[in-house]
Amino acid sequence: MAEITVTVDGVKYADHAEPRMLLVHYLRDVVGKTGTPIGCDTSNCGACTVLLDGQSVKSCSVLAVQADGAEITTIQGLANGGLHPLQRAFHEEHALQCGYCTPGMIMAASDLLRENPNPSDEEIRDGLEGNLCRCTGYENIVRAVRRAAQAGVSE
Amino acid sequence: MTAQTEATEKKAGELGKARLRKEDERLITGQTNWTANITLPGMLHIAFLRSPYAHARITSVDVSAARNEPGVIAAYSGADFAAEQGSLPTAWPVTPDIVIPAHPPMAVDEVRYVGEAVACVVARDHYTAADALAAIEIDYQQLPPVLDMRAALEDASPKVHEAGNKSFDFVFPQGDLDAAFHDAPIVIERTYRQQRLIPSAMEPRAVVCSVVGGEFTLWSATQIPHILRVMLALITGIPEQSIRVIAPDVGGAFGSKLQVTAEEVLAVLIARKLGRPVKWTESRSEGNMTVHHGRDQWQRLRLAADSDGRLRGFDVDLLADMGAYLMLVTAGVPILGAFMYPAIYKMDAYRFRCVGVFTTKMPTDAYRGAGRPEATFAIERMMDELAAHLNMDPLELRERNWIKHEEFPFTTVAGLTYDSGNYEAATARAKELFDYDGLRAEQARRRASNDPVQLGIGISTFTEMCGLAPSRVVGSLAYGAGGWEHASIRMLPTGKVEVITGSSPHGQGHETAWSQIVADQLGVPFEDIRVLHGDTQISPRGLDTYGSRSLAVGGLALVAACDKVVEKAKVIAAGLLEASAEDLEWTPGRFSVRGDPDKGVTIAEVALATFFAHNTPEGVEPSIDAEATYDPDNFSFPHGTHLCATEVDTETGFVKIRSYVAVDDVGTVVNPIIVEGQVHGGVAQGIAQALYEEAIYDDDGNLVTSTLADYLVPSAADLPSYVTDRTESRAANSLGVKGVGEAGTIASTPAVVNAIVDALRPLGINDVEMPCTPERVWRAIQDARGGEQASAAEQHEARQSDQTQGHSPQGIGTPDQSGGVA
Repeated sequence: MAEITVTVDGVKYADHAEPRMLLVHYLRDVVGKTGTPIGCDTSNCGACTVLLDGQSVKSCSVLAVQADGAEITTIQGLANGGLHPLQRAFHEEHALQCGYCTPGMIMAASDLLRENPNPSDEEIRDGLEGNLCRCTGYENIVRAVRRAAQAGVSE
Repeated sequence: MTAQTEATEKKAGELGKARLRKEDERLITGQTNWTANITLPGMLHIAFLRSPYAHARITSVDVSAARNEPGVIAAYSGADFAAEQGSLPTAWPVTPDIVIPAHPPMAVDEVRYVGEAVACVVARDHYTAADALAAIEIDYQQLPPVLDMRAALEDASPKVHEAGNKSFDFVFPQGDLDAAFHDAPIVIERTYRQQRLIPSAMEPRAVVCSVVGGEFTLWSATQIPHILRVMLALITGIPEQSIRVIAPDVGGAFGSKLQVTAEEVLAVLIARKLGRPVKWTESRSEGNMTVHHGRDQWQRLRLAADSDGRLRGFDVDLLADMGAYLMLVTAGVPILGAFMYPAIYKMDAYRFRCVGVFTTKMPTDAYRGAGRPEATFAIERMMDELAAHLNMDPLELRERNWIKHEEFPFTTVAGLTYDSGNYEAATARAKELFDYDGLRAEQARRRASNDPVQLGIGISTFTEMCGLAPSRVVGSLAYGAGGWEHASIRMLPTGKVEVITGSSPHGQGHETAWSQIVADQLGVPFEDIRVLHGDTQISPRGLDTYGSRSLAVGGLALVAACDKVVEKAKVIAAGLLEASAEDLEWTPGRFSVRGDPDKGVTIAEVALATFFAHNTPEGVEPSIDAEATYDPDNFSFPHGTHLCATEVDTETGFVKIRSYVAVDDVGTVVNPIIVEGQVHGGVAQGIAQALYEEAIYDDDGNLVTSTLADYLVPSAADLPSYVTDRTESRAANSLGVKGVGEAGTIASTPAVVNAIVDALRPLGINDVEMPCTPERVWRAIQDARGGEQASAAEQHEARQSDQTQGHSPQGIGTPDQSGGVA
């Protein structure tokens, strides 16, 4: 067991974690952040994407101990009250159906827009290549990210 | 009120409005209640040990060492459940003599596919349970696997089950096929492969079961909570009234959660043994092996036509891979296709035959479209082949044979009566959006200029049968359930409305669409309606969501329930208004006295007055709540025209979808953005079958594509943007609606493959097996240039001619000529 201190969505936690525990399990089972779902076991689907010190990571491919001292943002802490522009854009563009990929998709998109505030449709598609959605065919996800970019994610 | 004014009022109402979804708020903020999120006090975790062999006898199992691991509460092998686990159900015995092998949820003596559960550990947490699996000792005696459904039918083949490898032989002859083929000037024969697919809903399966005082509650990532409840009662002997099934938020299914799974049954049995709540969550690689697969057929097709292209007869001969067992509707999936091979076309005769074959693989079952994508692929590919043979535009050939809009209702050669449709309108709109003529001109230019990147145009003028369905009809097909749907309406004292539906959403948006329907029917605000579903204690009756049935069946059940509410409310309103019920007029939301429109009461006022019940008329029950069960008298027949343009790089085999146009006729639309979303997602899944996905087993029967690293579910970067539009012919039901959930998937696969073959046809290529990967396309080109279709001498001549004329006789450059690819 290793001692770790992690800030998750603005709250500091000090915990003992098995060295092999995945960050996503730590977030879900220890901290209770079940808004971050698990979709695969090979880091392909991106459903579990969170921000680690501001950068998107697939929380299934990070160990909890690696997050020691880090600041994690999940879908549950993305907005400062109300909705984040990406959340609003996903709603307005009908960019989700079952919603299982949505938390990861929104977190990955937020990192994409941080790096490239005005992406082309092709850049959006390439930038979200690591996040799989089975419902939408991606058309409306691309529209939503474009809309959020136009609205300005820092709004 | 005239039909005209009624239609105008409908337009002003909720129907057709692009309402944003009520479901979204919890989904975009991470407040969703997935089964995997559920934690109960004292809950234990189950991990399953799974067979590493495709076919083996279990000679011994010893779980005692696992049981002694710290934190392990129990460990079981199949023998521990043998007396109580029964057999997983099959609800569709498609022929009287079908072979239905016993299918124990946990294997006891023999395993028949890689991934079949053979033992399990129940521990304090998931990590401990998974670790302790290593301590289970199990010995197998390997048996020969059966992996090729064609070889499986040979006498010398090893047997999957003692009864042999044939499950059924279903024959459906319509009309005089011999006459249709006798003397037919044209007969096209092809064999197509429908590869095995993995449905890949983003949410893996998960199950939680609790038992308190003999009452069981099962949470499951299922699309069929109601059917599951009945089946669990039948399998386990637990009285139905002591089982509550809850489908909380469910993260997609596409047919894959239309199942009664081994893990659900075993979770109930383990909870019963231990008297404690238990949970199982699936890993993706576990799911790829053990969530039922889709498709997997060989299609032998013969199409007879006159020399002007008029269709005479269609002969369809299928082999369908059942996998190792028959699950809930395994056998019925190819049979659903039986009625759709003639599609939108008129012909004299038709014959369908399907042999269901056992192999040592994961069972197949429903996957988006279920039988109808296969049928649509076959006929739409064959129409293109016939058009090529006739040197006719494939749209012109289709138009020559399709049912004209003035001919509806039309009974097809397969015996279905299509209620509505307008193939001309959808096709005209699609051609316009696609710039069909412009793309054909570009295709001709590229062919003439020997462009290494050739343009192909693919067509799919599809229809399908959905909205399952009339109970009497599915009963006549030996389906083991009805096809009705249930709805009830609770009128709350504050004027708000609770709607309870037997449909069970998992991404479709029922909470939004159902609110729109009820808002129009009762004249209450959209925001004042709450839709409840997916819990057998709240929604006691239902047949759940699959086969694009929610709106076409469940939506109409809502209307019927609303009608009853109005009927009951009218009697109470009459009392309040001191008028006779016959003198009241109902405009949604309000009763008024005929001839005195100012004198009236709103439905909310009636609801409150009913709650007080101070003044209800003598003998009238103080309730305006109502429920209804709706059973349609026909299926639903959405249709559309999908056009796909592909650029095929003849040097690399790479296929790029340049444009995709989908014009769908789904009748009256409740919510256009939901419809568009269904089309987008459906088209994407059909494209995925055409270009990317295939479940592959190796020669030992191991699933090679067991992860998302190996099984190519396309990402945003792999898929095109879609142009969608709609035409509208009202279905023959009170809302005019048709199903839409599967249409895109059914339509798009042949559109894409037709486009690829169209690009390559000048090379002498008339098929590329799915998925049309760059390698397969490239090999097809190589084979066409150097293989059976061109002798060495011809190739030599082609090169000579290429050198002198600057282009090959076929008009297409090859890697060999360009020197780009060796």
